[in-house]
Amino acid sequence: MTDTAVKDTAKSELLDIRKRTQSSAVWRKVKDRMVTILVSLAFVVAIIPLISLTITVVANGMERFDAEFFTSSMRNVVGEGGGALHAIIGTLQITLAATVISVPIGVMTAIYLVEYGRGRLAKAITFLVDVMTGIPSIVAGLFAFALFAMIFGPSVRMGFMGAVALSLLMIPVVVRSSEEMLRLVPNELREASFALGVPKWLTVLRVVLPTSLAGIVTGVMLAIARVIGETAPLLVTAGFADSMNYNLFSERMNTLPLFVYRSYVSQGTPPEPDISRAWAGALTLIIIVMLLNLIARLVARFFSTNKSSR
Amino acid sequence: MNKDQKQQDFRRSDRIFARLAKVAGSLILVALAAVALFLIFEGVPGMLADPDTTSIFRGKSFWEYAWPLVFGTMWAAFLALLFAVPVSLGIALFITHYAPRKIANGLGYVIDLLAAVPSVVFGLWGILVLAPAVQPFYAWLFDNLHWIPFFAGERVSGTGRTILTAALVLAVMILPIITAITREIFLQTPRLHEEAAVALGATRWEMIRMAVLPFGRSGIISAAMLGLGRALGETMAVAMVLSATGAVTINLLTSNNPSTIAANIALQFPEAYGMNVNVLIATGLILFIVTFLVNAAARWIVNRRAEFSGAN
Amino acid sequence: MKTIRLGSIAAVTAVSALLLAGCAANEEPTDPEVPSLSGTLNGSGASSQGKAQDAWRAGFQTANQAVTVNYDGGGSGAGRDAFAAGSVDFAGSDRAFKTSEIQDKTFVGCAADSGLVELPLYISPIAIAFKLEGINSINLDAETLAKIFSGQVTKWNDPAIASQNAGVTLPDLAITYVFRGENSGTTENFVDYLKKAAPNAWTWDVSGDWPEELKSQGEAASETSGVVTAISGGEGYIGYLDASRAGDLGTVALKVGDSYTPFSPAAAAAVVDDSSLESGRTSGDLAFTINRSTTKAGAYPLILISYLVGCETYVDPAKGELVKAYFSHMASEAGQQAAADNAGSAPISSSLRAQVEATIALIK
Repeated sequence: MTDTAVKDTAKSELLDIRKRTQSSAVWRKVKDRMVTILVSLAFVVAIIPLISLTITVVANGMERFDAEFFTSSMRNVVGEGGGALHAIIGTLQITLAATVISVPIGVMTAIYLVEYGRGRLAKAITFLVDVMTGIPSIVAGLFAFALFAMIFGPSVRMGFMGAVALSLLMIPVVVRSSEEMLRLVPNELREASFALGVPKWLTVLRVVLPTSLAGIVTGVMLAIARVIGETAPLLVTAGFADSMNYNLFSERMNTLPLFVYRSYVSQGTPPEPDISRAWAGALTLIIIVMLLNLIARLVARFFSTNKSSR
Repeated sequence: MNKDQKQQDFRRSDRIFARLAKVAGSLILVALAAVALFLIFEGVPGMLADPDTTSIFRGKSFWEYAWPLVFGTMWAAFLALLFAVPVSLGIALFITHYAPRKIANGLGYVIDLLAAVPSVVFGLWGILVLAPAVQPFYAWLFDNLHWIPFFAGERVSGTGRTILTAALVLAVMILPIITAITREIFLQTPRLHEEAAVALGATRWEMIRMAVLPFGRSGIISAAMLGLGRALGETMAVAMVLSATGAVTINLLTSNNPSTIAANIALQFPEAYGMNVNVLIATGLILFIVTFLVNAAARWIVNRRAEFSGAN
Repeated sequence: MKTIRLGSIAAVTAVSALLLAGCAANEEPTDPEVPSLSGTLNGSGASSQGKAQDAWRAGFQTANQAVTVNYDGGGSGAGRDAFAAGSVDFAGSDRAFKTSEIQDKTFVGCAADSGLVELPLYISPIAIAFKLEGINSINLDAETLAKIFSGQVTKWNDPAIASQNAGVTLPDLAITYVFRGENSGTTENFVDYLKKAAPNAWTWDVSGDWPEELKSQGEAASETSGVVTAISGGEGYIGYLDASRAGDLGTVALKVGDSYTPFSPAAAAAVVDDSSLESGRTSGDLAFTINRSTTKAGAYPLILISYLVGCETYVDPAKGELVKAYFSHMASEAGQQAAADNAGSAPISSSLRAQVEATIALIK
């Protein structure tokens, strides 16, 4: 092809494009507008369930959201009355135990990955932590059940089993968030510490960790918020009870999500007291989760303003 | 204490601390291996259980028992993905490219709130609010679009507790995770690409199509797969909403639906005893393997992308 | 929103305060009198009698402050298993142990030569409930019922139904039946009724699981609450459930003899009186064969008997004493009435109570 021929084809192509562009200018604008509408609609579509859910839970939950609900268990309660104190305390205990297990392991793992980990082991851990975030909660529950059933026999149920199951779900979240926070700590800080002759472990404990503490706390709070509403793993491990049980290591222990589930599933005659207890439990659960989220965000905000003022 | 000894002490503490960190990290590997091992240990007897003496099988073999569950799990998760991905992409685009910068963060937080709702609450809402609300719509679909296999069947469910409703609840539950990841990725789109597209006279949609979406493709795929992983394992909401009969069918509107592995475990476990428990754990093992593969694939794509694409 | 948040903060504070105080308001001992009994009694089994157990435990624990009774309504099979393994002290079961099971199994909690005690203390009618606009009750015989629940009668205005319900305007509407998705004693008793009362129409085996071949035609629901939700939600739905939960739904009167009998506690008790003890069992073993095909007027043969199972002689005599006291409480007039009020069960007749009390005396 000669030079002029190339020029000619290019010219005609250009003309062609211009023509097409002009004729479709309106269409392009319409399309753009349509997409804008669609995209905004997507947001609205996602908001509808959230609003509907909030309204339903609050409207139905307020009925039994009273003092008795927070001061009574279900022991000896027939029909009306009763409360979820035993479930709330069970939830707090089991979640606390899960936190006590997960935070040291999670934070230490993050320290390993950020400060020490090189090579294949670190890579494998990073990858598996990511994969672990996707373990179905029921599988975590079955694992805890299989583990304890092998030791104590198949009819074993205890709060601690639930804590083990929950920590399996919690650890990866703690690792990921702590890792991110530790990486944010500027290297100059570490180098300055080393230059002063401070050994590495003290640098990590005294310099790196305190600097990223707020971020880690935020991450832990969010991890707690993620597991505190879990039902399935507790269904197969901690079981269901209607009296107070403070002992994590023996007998069944009720939890708030399970309280909601059982109240709905096994209604009495008449069923209304059970259903309103279920909704009140759901409302309590949502409030606890939202509070955790809120606190986490407040901690994070406090942390960031602190930094910017420096 | 002289200086040398102090240094030696420090060095020893250093070693101990490093080892502790390594042990903690290795614990993750051990835990995952333990999950697999214990599930295998308790599950394999269930797979090999005698169909005649194991009451849960009702004369079928393990694989005949498990197949409808596997199908139901996949089918429900796939449907959920089908609804959730377009909506999530829309939300992510809305937040990153359409909404005023000032409120964009707040909107993101609102979507994240959905992730904070416990699944048992979604279950209550699904069965008491959503199912009755969508039932008339199902009846209409059934009456008018009966010739489409998805809307066919013996008769429409009168309660709305079908796999379509379960998938809708699942979709709402996985929206936040898909949105969060795609949002992040859209935000990473190189400014230059976007500005170049706009400078060439592209409309906002054309800019998104030419610059944002191609850049985020692998991210979108992995976000979808992470959502899939979540949908596969979701338990309580499905257990409460779905009317499961164990059928293998693609009809969406009838009361005749396949169950999912996770929901089946939650429903049957409290009543299970003896070998039946092992059978349920065996189905849990299948679920573990499937979700592990899906998540691993998703992470692999993310990691590969991080290595090769690099925000240039 | 703000008030709610404030309220919740107050609530959380209250909870933390209580955590420190360490006791639920309803669990504080009210009466410092010296208790005669003390200890913990663990039971497990049928969820059908769960609500009755709630009432019994409440009564028993109030009378005996130092005793805690746990009942885990995890299902009959699980309960029998746990009892045989000795991990619970008594079991609740929607059927008695089969004689072959009693021979084959070793009951860890019972003394070597001890027999079993099985008591029919929870008798509850099973209602067939349906939802049809403006219809509160219809008449059906077992044959038609079996055909409805096996998908052979599919319309409400089917002649088989209409012929038994003169004067009722039945709609031209599809019938959808609801069954329990999980293994359940209610299913087992319902199917047993169909099999015995309508052997020609019902050819499937008696089991706690709904027949596999019939699943595709109905709608599965989990637990009784699920059945109630399903029936109340769908026009033309029909299902079987514990009678106490039938509520406002329409119910079926069953054909017994020549007349139709609606369910009632009295009608359920009448069937038990018309039934006989299973033969070949030890004296403590009050297992009934329910006379499903009874023709006695005023009897309602679609019932569920949930048994309480214990040992005649416990390895641990202290347990025996507790079980004996607890079983006596359940069998007492007050206990049976409490169950009737809370769970809608049928109180046992005085003749049966005499039998039961004689059996409880065997426990040590």
